[in-house]
Amino acid sequence: MSEQQVLSVLVENKPGVLARVSSLFARRGFNIHSLAVGPAAEPGLSKMTIVVRAPELEQVKKQLHKLVNVVKITELDAGSAIEREIMLVRVRAGAKQRSEVLQLAAIFKATPVDVGVDSITFMVTGSPTKLNDLLELIRPFGLVDLVKSGRIALNREPKARKLRAVG
Amino acid sequence: MGMITGAEILIKALEYQEVDTAFGIPGGAILPAYDPLLDAGFRHILARHEQGAGHMAEGYAWATGKVGVAIATSGPGATNLVTPLADALMDSVPIVAITGQVPTHAVGNDAFQEAHTTGITMPATKHNYFVTRAEEIAQTVAEAFHLASTGRPGPVLVDIPKDVLNARVPWRDPEPVAMPGYRPTVSPHPRRVREAIRLIESAERPVLYVGGGIIKAGASEALTAFAAMTNMPVITTLMGRGAISDNNPNTLGMPGMHGLYAATTAMQKADLLVAIGVRFDDRVTGDPDAFAPFAKVIHADIDPAEIGKVRAPEVPIVGDARLILEAMCERWGDTPTPELEKWWTTIRTWQERHPLRFDQQPDGPLKPQHVISRLRDRADKDAIVVSGVGQHQMWASQYWRFDQPRHWINSGGLGTMGFAVPAAIGAKAGMPDQQVIAVDGDGCFQMTVQELITAAYERIPIKVALFNNAAHGMVRQWQRLFYNERFSSSDLGQELPDYPKLAEALGCAGLRATRPDEVDGVIETLLEIDDRPVVAEFVVDRDEMVFPMVPAGGSNDIVLNGPEDL
Repeated sequence: MSEQQVLSVLVENKPGVLARVSSLFARRGFNIHSLAVGPAAEPGLSKMTIVVRAPELEQVKKQLHKLVNVVKITELDAGSAIEREIMLVRVRAGAKQRSEVLQLAAIFKATPVDVGVDSITFMVTGSPTKLNDLLELIRPFGLVDLVKSGRIALNREPKARKLRAVG
Repeated sequence: MGMITGAEILIKALEYQEVDTAFGIPGGAILPAYDPLLDAGFRHILARHEQGAGHMAEGYAWATGKVGVAIATSGPGATNLVTPLADALMDSVPIVAITGQVPTHAVGNDAFQEAHTTGITMPATKHNYFVTRAEEIAQTVAEAFHLASTGRPGPVLVDIPKDVLNARVPWRDPEPVAMPGYRPTVSPHPRRVREAIRLIESAERPVLYVGGGIIKAGASEALTAFAAMTNMPVITTLMGRGAISDNNPNTLGMPGMHGLYAATTAMQKADLLVAIGVRFDDRVTGDPDAFAPFAKVIHADIDPAEIGKVRAPEVPIVGDARLILEAMCERWGDTPTPELEKWWTTIRTWQERHPLRFDQQPDGPLKPQHVISRLRDRADKDAIVVSGVGQHQMWASQYWRFDQPRHWINSGGLGTMGFAVPAAIGAKAGMPDQQVIAVDGDGCFQMTVQELITAAYERIPIKVALFNNAAHGMVRQWQRLFYNERFSSSDLGQELPDYPKLAEALGCAGLRATRPDEVDGVIETLLEIDDRPVVAEFVVDRDEMVFPMVPAGGSNDIVLNGPEDL
C-alpha cells in the first residue's frame, strides 16, 4: 500500500478524455489502482482522482501532462490529504447474527440501506483504511457482494489559512 | 452571411492555414470534401495508397519545415494512415490528417467503411479530434495545425462525419488558439542555463550529443556557434544528421548501434554529455546501464517527459533547442575557448584507428558503400536524401556528408520500411527545385512501390537509388550473426522483379548496374534524367554487413568494427 500515490488530475470535460487517460496508462505500462471521475468546481472541467502504484511517478505525471485535455495535475500528500471512498457492502446476516452485525456496523458509522431475510447491505464512507478495517471485521459473517467508488481526495488547506480543523 | 457546406469550410480552413500541398485519396465518407477541393487554392496529389499519402505528408514536412497534410476516407482509408501517424509521432513530424467518417447517425452501428478512427489513432497521434458540428471545423483545423507545429511537433488527426461535411453553415475566421492544457515551455530557465555552462566549463571530456530536436527548432546556427565557442566534439544521431555540417571539424558523426567508432566511444569515455533535442534512444545508448558511465548529463528538450525517462540528468533544461543554445552562447560570452587538447588527441586517434571502411575490388561484387560514396560525390550539394529502413539506411547515414539540416529524411524511431519512395515524393513536392534522392532497399521498395505511379502521373521527378541484395538485408545480417546463418524468410529472389522493367511499367526510367565499372555511368544517367522519376537498381553484394555494430542490448564499450571482431 505504501507505494501508492494519489494524483488529482483536472481535465477538460471533452468526449474521450477518460479513454485518453486510460489508454496512456495502458500504453506506458502504468498500473491504475483506482480511478474516480466527476465534475470539478470550475465549469467545463472534470476532476479525476487516480491512485497509481508507480515507482515511476514522475513519468506518469509528465506523460499525463502531454495530453492536451489535461489542465493540471496535483500530487496529493499521502499522509495529510483528505481521502475518502464510498463502499456498498452486503453481509450475510440471518436472524441470529443481525444484531451483532448491526452493532459492528454502527461503530464504523455504516448505514444499513437494504435489509433482507439473510443479508444486510451497508453504505459506508471513509478513508481507505477505515473501509478495509470494517471489511476485515465483517468478512467472517460472510461477504455476499461489494462495490467501491474508488478513492477521491483533496489536499488540506495550508495550516495558516485553515479556519478550523474538521475530522 | 452566406451559408457554405462543412466541406467548403474545411477546404477554406486549410487555405486559411496557408496549405500549398495536400496528399490523399478520396472515398465515400470524404467525398463531399473532394468536390470543393477541385477549386482549392492548393495542390492535391492523389496517392495510390493512404500509407503513401501519409508518408508524403511527412516527407513534405521534413523537407519544408511546414505542416504536411494527408486526406483519407473513413474505415480502411483511415486505418491505412495509422503507420504514417505512428511514424510521425515517433519522429516528431508535424502532419495533420483529415479523415472522413460515416454520417453521425450511423456512427457506432458498424456502418459500411466505419472504423473508430479517433480510438484507433489515439496512441498514434499527439492529439485527435472528432468533429460533431460544421461550425467547429475551422477552429478545429486551426487547433490541429497549432498542435502539430508547436512544442514537440507531431501528428494530429481530424475526423469529420459525412453529414457534418454536408451541413450548411456560415464561415467564421478561427480565433487565436487557446488551450488551457497545452502551454509548452519554450524559454529555458536562466538558472538551468547557468548550471549547464558551469558544468561545461569544468568538463575535461565533454560531448555535445544532438538530435532531431535541433533540426525542428531551427537551432543549427546556434549549435554551430556554440560548438565553436566551446570546442566540444558534436555527435549527431540518426535523426540529427545535418544538424551541424559533417564538414565541421568538430563533428564526429552518428553514434550507437551502427555509429562511427569515435562517436560511440567518445560518449562512453566522456565526463559530460550535453544532450540537446535527443531522447537517449536504445539504438544510441545500447545497454542504458552501461551507457556513458563516467558522464554527468545536461539534458535539454522541449518535451519534459523525455528528461529523466532513460537517464536522470544532473541538469535538466526544458525549452526550445534554439533558445537554449542561444542562451548558452550568450552565457558563455567571452569565456576563452578551451583547447581540450588531450581529449581531442584521443578522439583523433580513435578516428584514425577506426575509420569507416569497405573493400571494393574492381572485379568483385558491387559494394553498397561504394555506390553510396560515388552517388554522394556526384549528387547536387544541396540534394535531399531520403531513405527507407535497414542496411541501406545505415550506409546512407554513415557515408553521406550532410552539410545542412533538412537534407536527410528517414524513418528513425518507428523504423517504417517503405518510407523512402513516398517520403521522397512529398519532399520533392515541397522543394521542387532541389534534387531529391531516395536511397532504398529492395525489401522496402516493394512495400510502397505503387507510389512511383503517383510520382510519374504527378510529374514529380524523384530519383531512386535502389540497393538490391535480394534480401531483407538487415534481417539476413542478424540471422547470419545471431541465428546460425539460418536465413528464414529473408530471401527476396535476385531477379524478382525485374526492377528496371517494373520502373518503366510504372512510368519511370529504369536503370541497372551490376558491376563496379557500371556504377558511375548509371549514376550519371540517374542524376541527368529530370523529366520523370528514375529508378537505378544497384545489384549489390548480399553478404555485405553493416559495421561498426554494437549487438542489440549490449554495452557500447564493445564495438564490432568489422567481421574480424566477431
